[in-house]
Parts: sequence; C-alpha cells; structure tokens
Amino acid sequence: MKRNIYFVFALLLSMGSISGQMVSKGEGGTFVLKNATLYTITNGIKTGDILVENQKIKAIGTNLALPSGAKSIDCTGKRIYPGFIDGGTTLGLAEVSSVSVTVDHNEIGDVIPQMKALTAVNPNASAIPVTRTNGVTTVITHPTTGRFAGTAALINLHGYTPDQMYGGFSAVRMLFPSTGRFGRWDRRTDEVIKADKEKAFDLINEVWKDLTLYHRIDSVATLRKTKLSNYRPDLHTLLPVFRGTAPLLIEVNKREDIQEALGWVKKYKVKAIFTGVKEGWRVADEIAKEKIPCIVGPILDNPGRDYDAYDIVYKNPSILSKAGVLVAIRTSQNENVRNLPFNAGFAAAYGMGTEEALKAITINPAKIFGMETSYGSLEVGKWANLVICDGDPFEMKTKISHVFIKGWSVPMENRHTQLYDEFLTRSPGLEVKD
Amino acid sequence: MKKILYIALTICMPYLCIAQVTMGDVLIKNGTLLTITKGILAETDILVEKGKIKRIGKNISAPSASYKVIDAKGMFVMPGIIDAHSHIGLDVVNEATSPVTSEVNVGDGIDPFDINVYQALAGGVTVSHAMHGSANAIGGQCQTIKHRYGTYNPSDFIMEGAPRTIKFALGENPIRVHGEGSGIVPRTRMGVEQIFRTAFTEASIYKQKWEDYNTGKAKDIPEYSTRMEVLRDILDGKIIIHCHSYRADEILMLMNVLKDFNIKKICFQHVNEGFKVAPELAAFGATASVFADWWAYKMEVYYSTAYNAAILTRNGVITSINSDSGELIRHLYHEAAKTQRYGNLTDEEALKLITINPAIQLGIDGRVGSLEVGKDGDIAIFDKHPLSIYAIPQFTIVDGTVKFDRKNDKIDMRIIANPDDKVTSSFIEYHSHDDRCMEGVADFLFKVHSHK
Repeated sequence: MKRNIYFVFALLLSMGSISGQMVSKGEGGTFVLKNATLYTITNGIKTGDILVENQKIKAIGTNLALPSGAKSIDCTGKRIYPGFIDGGTTLGLAEVSSVSVTVDHNEIGDVIPQMKALTAVNPNASAIPVTRTNGVTTVITHPTTGRFAGTAALINLHGYTPDQMYGGFSAVRMLFPSTGRFGRWDRRTDEVIKADKEKAFDLINEVWKDLTLYHRIDSVATLRKTKLSNYRPDLHTLLPVFRGTAPLLIEVNKREDIQEALGWVKKYKVKAIFTGVKEGWRVADEIAKEKIPCIVGPILDNPGRDYDAYDIVYKNPSILSKAGVLVAIRTSQNENVRNLPFNAGFAAAYGMGTEEALKAITINPAKIFGMETSYGSLEVGKWANLVICDGDPFEMKTKISHVFIKGWSVPMENRHTQLYDEFLTRSPGLEVKD
Repeated sequence: MKKILYIALTICMPYLCIAQVTMGDVLIKNGTLLTITKGILAETDILVEKGKIKRIGKNISAPSASYKVIDAKGMFVMPGIIDAHSHIGLDVVNEATSPVTSEVNVGDGIDPFDINVYQALAGGVTVSHAMHGSANAIGGQCQTIKHRYGTYNPSDFIMEGAPRTIKFALGENPIRVHGEGSGIVPRTRMGVEQIFRTAFTEASIYKQKWEDYNTGKAKDIPEYSTRMEVLRDILDGKIIIHCHSYRADEILMLMNVLKDFNIKKICFQHVNEGFKVAPELAAFGATASVFADWWAYKMEVYYSTAYNAAILTRNGVITSINSDSGELIRHLYHEAAKTQRYGNLTDEEALKLITINPAIQLGIDGRVGSLEVGKDGDIAIFDKHPLSIYAIPQFTIVDGTVKFDRKNDKIDMRIIANPDDKVTSSFIEYHSHDDRCMEGVADFLFKVHSHK
C-alpha cells in the first residue's frame, strides 16, 4: 500500500513536470498582408495583398485599403501559402511517447470507434507550437490501436480547448487486417500472421452482421421516435459508415491487403479513404479505378521489402497521383509533424514536382475531408490559415516569419526556439561561484 | 537457411579472406567540388587512382582507358558522407548480459548482406560507425565500417587502420535493462556513475598488476581478463569512447569521472541536452554527435531543441549529425540541412556535420571527410546542392569504386536472396523514432519500447 502511495505521488510529480508548453499569446484582429507573392494553389501564383478579417480571407487583390484598426504586414519579397495540412498524426494525443500515462491514442479494445481523439487532444502539448511554426496549421490526429481504433479529428493547431481547435471533420479509423509485419521486431511466423488476419476478418464480419441488425432497429426506432432499447456505442458510431453517409479512414499498406481492402470496400459500399498506402504504387491503377483517395506516408521511410527499389517510398505519392488518385501526404508522426513540408519535398524531388506536392499538403487533403470550401488554398471566404516565408517552404534554408491559424497570428516560438534563445550564449558560462 | 549459409561461409573462409578490397580508378570531370576543408572549386576534375585521391584540378585526363570517367558537369561533388552512429551491417547489436561488456566487439558480427548498407550508399554515405547498443553502461566495442557493399566477406567492411572505439551508455537504457529488468545496479544515474568508477579503478589495478609482473616486481602471473584488457586500453588512450547520453547532468558526471582517470578521448552520442553544457564540453575537448531534430519520444529527450547542433557548433564543440537508424542514414544531407532552418549554420558548417566532423570523432579525418589529395576516394555526387531538398544522389564511390549509380540501380540490389527474409514490414502502425540501440534486450524487459 505504501508503495502504491509512493507510486501515485511519483506519477503526480512526473505529470506536473510534463504538462506542456507555454508560449506567448496569439494575436487576433484584422490584418493586411502587403505585396506578397501569393501561392494560391488553386489560382496560380500572383502578386498582391491579402485582407484577413473575422478569421477569414476577406479579400485578395492589389493595393487593398487598410481598414481602420487593421495591422499591416509588409510581405515584400515574401511568399504566402495556405497552411499545410497533415493527413495523419497523433499530435496532441501523446506528450512523451514512452511514458504511457501521457499517451492517449491507444485505448483498450478492438471495436472502439466511439473513442474520440478530439476528447484527448491537449491544446498545450509542447509539440503543437513546434509543429505550427514550420507552417503546419492543421492536422488529422488519430487513435492508433484496435481494429476500429476510434474517431480521428481534424484540428487546427491554435486554441485553448479541443472545441476551439476542431477543424470540422472527423471519421472513424479502421486498421485493415494486415498480412505484413509491423517491423523488424515482429517475429510472427507466416502461419500466425495468416491466422491473425483470418481472426481479424471474422471480427469485421461479426461487426457488420451486428450492424445490419442494428441499422434495422435504429431505423425502426427513428421512425417510431422511440429510444433504442439496446444502445451500443460502437455500433452507433459505425452506423453512418455502414449506411454510406460517413467516410471511413482505412489504414492499409501492403499490396495484398490493399487489394483485399478494395474488394471489401466495394462489397459493402463503404465510402473509403485509404491511409498509409505504402505499397500503393504497386496497385495504383486499381486504386484509381475505384476512385479511392489516399493519404500517403510517411514518405521518409524505407521500402517494405528488401528487394524493392531504395527510393520507391519517395516515389509512391507521385506514382499514385499520376495514376489519377487524389493524394494527400502525412507524416504519421507526433513530435515531428513539423517535417511534413520535407516529406512533401522528397515526394516533389522524386517525381511529383513542387506544385503537385504542395497540393498534397493543402487542397488535396481539404478535398478528401470534404472541407475544400474552408481550407487548402488562398481563396476569399476560406479560413485564414496562412504561411508567410522567404522562399520555397520545402527547402530547409527557408525561414517562416508568420503563421496564421484561423486568422490568429501565432507566436513564432516554441520549446526549441526558447531553449536556443536561452542557451546559445549561456550565462553564466564556465564561471563557478564560490 | 542462415545456418547453411554460415557453414558455407566458414568453409569458404580461407578463400574469402584472401579476397582483396577493390581499389578503383575513377576520373570525375567538371563538377562543383565541395571540398569541405578547401572551399568550393567550380568546374574542377578529381582523379582517384587505386582508391586514393591523386589529383584535384582543371583539365585532368584519364591516365588510361581503364579509368571510369564520370561527367559531373552541373553536379555537386562532395566527400562521402560519414555517419558516426549507426547499426547497419550488423547481425547483433546488444550484449545486454552485464552492465560492463567491454570484451565484446560488434566487428565480430558484421552482416555484409544488409540491404540497409546499399540504401545508405544511395544516400551518399560511404562510412559508418557500426555501434554496440545502449543496454550497458560500458557496452561493447564498435567497428568503423566502409560501405564496400557487394562483398561476401564481412572483414572487407572493416575500415583498416581506423582507431578502436567503444560504446558507453548513460540514463534510461542501462537503468531499464539492468536496474528495472534484472534488479541489479544501476537503477539510477547514481548507480551508472559507480559502474564507471568501479570498472576504471579495477582496470587501474589490473594494469598495475601486469606492469609489476612485466617489470619483474611481482612474480605471479596475474589473471588475464579480456574485459580488463579493453578497459586498460581506454585508460591508455588507445580507444575512443562514444557515449550514448541525453541529460546534461549525466554528461557532466561522465566528464568528471574521465577527468579523475585522466581519460580524454570522448564523443558524446545523441547528447540531446548537450546544448545546456556546451561550454563544459568545449573546455573538456569532448565532441558531440547529435540528431537533427529527434526529441520527446522519451522522458530524457523531452527538453530538447533542434538547435542543438547549432548551439554546440557556435560554442566550439566539434559536432556531427548522425542517424542511429536505417532510415535516417539514407538522407543525412537533408538532416544536416535542417541546421540551416534551426540555427542558421552556413553551407560549409552544415556539410561539416556529416563529413569532416564525424571523421574527427572516429579518428579517421586523415583518411576521409574531405576532398584532398592523398585521402581515400570516397565521394558522393549530387545533381543539385546536397543541402537542397531537391538534391538526389547520383553516384556514390568507395575507394574509387562506384558502389551506387542511380541510372544503373537494378531495383533489387540484394546480394543474396535469403528465403528467410521477412517478406515485408510494410505495415507501420505508429512511426516514431525507431532504431536499433535497444535491439536484442527484449528478454531483459517486461515491456519493450520501440524507442531508443
């Protein structure tokens, strides 16, 4: 008992010391961004001003007048891009990955679609300021374990409550039965892998059988305006997916599994979004034929098979995109979601080109989430999610001077910059006090 | 299958050992040379003869038709990239059975068939420091290897003449493996210090006993210990310590221990909080080999900054950027470039982080790490400046032999198709910093993290 008390005490202490990040406040109001090169994504590249008002892009043009009280930012020589969107992360759901009490993306259970990522997002996670200062304004944050792992949410990386951060899109995440190994440390035999896969399909079939019934009960209950006698949170969450009214994020990577997923999606008429899709390049035409959008990544990754070309994962988004698939890019990261522009940069270098790679982290994910009227390009009426920088944002040398998230100019500081400021020239240096 | 292969290798060993490392001849024409130590040379040729850089200049012609000639017009030619912390090309990483295992050497477990070595070459990396893992305070000896991919002979990977190195480890890993896993010291950072103090004290006594015996002061032959032999060589400055470390306090602790035993050669690895004690590191003469941006995956890297390399560099610490990963090793040029976003390092400073600086840390800067006449013909050629995101390695040359040629990459570059190969590892559930520092310690832990 005494030990337990010590343990709880230690836990509280340790939690107190890892509670997140403190940075300055964001700055709201009306802004005119003057004389920038505008990388609109949807309307080419042009020179001009952007008026940010009521959190949105109010106007785009040349020589825009400065409304009273508006702040003017001279962007001469600078570029403005729409905020970058990462299509798959665990940002906000884990503070220190190896400390389990700080990890909230891995709830217990196999069929837990009702577990909402948004609930567990920590708005003060120290990784959030680290991420947004690299131009990533918006991410999908998702649960990671279970066959139906929970509900992923689109969040903007500024705000003090999950609701303030919520980006307007959420979807259940399914981990499609896999015949691949998880990594170097996965020592399962082929037989065990096969058995695991079959077990996984049994589970899915069972869920779908239950859903068929639940759908009928729910329909009748809705007609009669009565309450369900047998409420099942898991099935309730999956109903819109079953009925084809809500999309399902399906994590699938290996060729054989992708093909199986294509068949499954067709059979049950599921509105699917594939994620991961590491071997999508092997079956790009098949995916394109079914018109299933793909959130691909990480791009900075080794090939899944020793006999594959060393650079095939870099090329994957390009191959899929050229086959006609709507492609978004993700990092699949937590603390280093800030590397999204570099993942896109590698995709650009290895066949995709800068323009398409930019789309893969702006307008394409917005389209995939049905949010293209709010995000993903510089267009009047969209949220003012903006990145102001002095060059190509894929280049490491480029400096980002301002980031706007829903009209708020966010502070360009984070743990990393704060430690730099404190320690570049340490004081005291080597002096030792008596 | 692996067994059969090993038996076959053992039988063939006498023949294999005779096999010589290929020393090639190559002429690279009209490239932009990023020499690292002698500035940038535009439209310049570089001639490699029998594996060594023979000439650097204009209008060099090939001495004979047998020379491979590469037209590098419009391309960037730099010394082969060096990774001061890696585990590729190794069969085994951790001998996690004791807090002190200085007697083992990862050089005895080289795997010349590891496809990661080719993938590293495809990222311009010609030399890596194949390290023991971080399970023990005093781990095993490491091996500096040249990426002579294509050989069947593990010995060919060994960089002949490279100084001996050994892995030390501080903090969470030795504490988890031994204290938490086996219930023996160290369970705390206090315990870790005492492992070093005890080991070095015993080694000093061991050394004294043998000196007394060898000079006739003592008559009885002292007990021979392979473990103590290695520790004594550390005391004698014959081995460079490469110490896995994160927190400032433990870094200071080890420097204090080393001062007490008059040991000078140390490179701190990872050293995520090195920026906090940069003046102390510089004053000691310690060097630092860091990640570009990895942090927060465990508690001891929570207070990290991607500006670490820049702060260390500006404080006069010789710093390198390493991979510790079969993934990151493929784009160290990109990792180095991140110091330009995080800390404004110049092109030359950034490139030093992956060339001459790791070479200094491994004690091989007389051989590799810059384009200079007399040095090894280890060269990487890029289509664009290597610090650009758009740069793609085109050729990688080891000892004057082209080991990677992008236009002639055969896709399947395995040397042997092993039926036991894992068919795929394509499903990545949660991709975090996943490396091999803790590989092989599963038995010692109830719970294995995939993190370092």
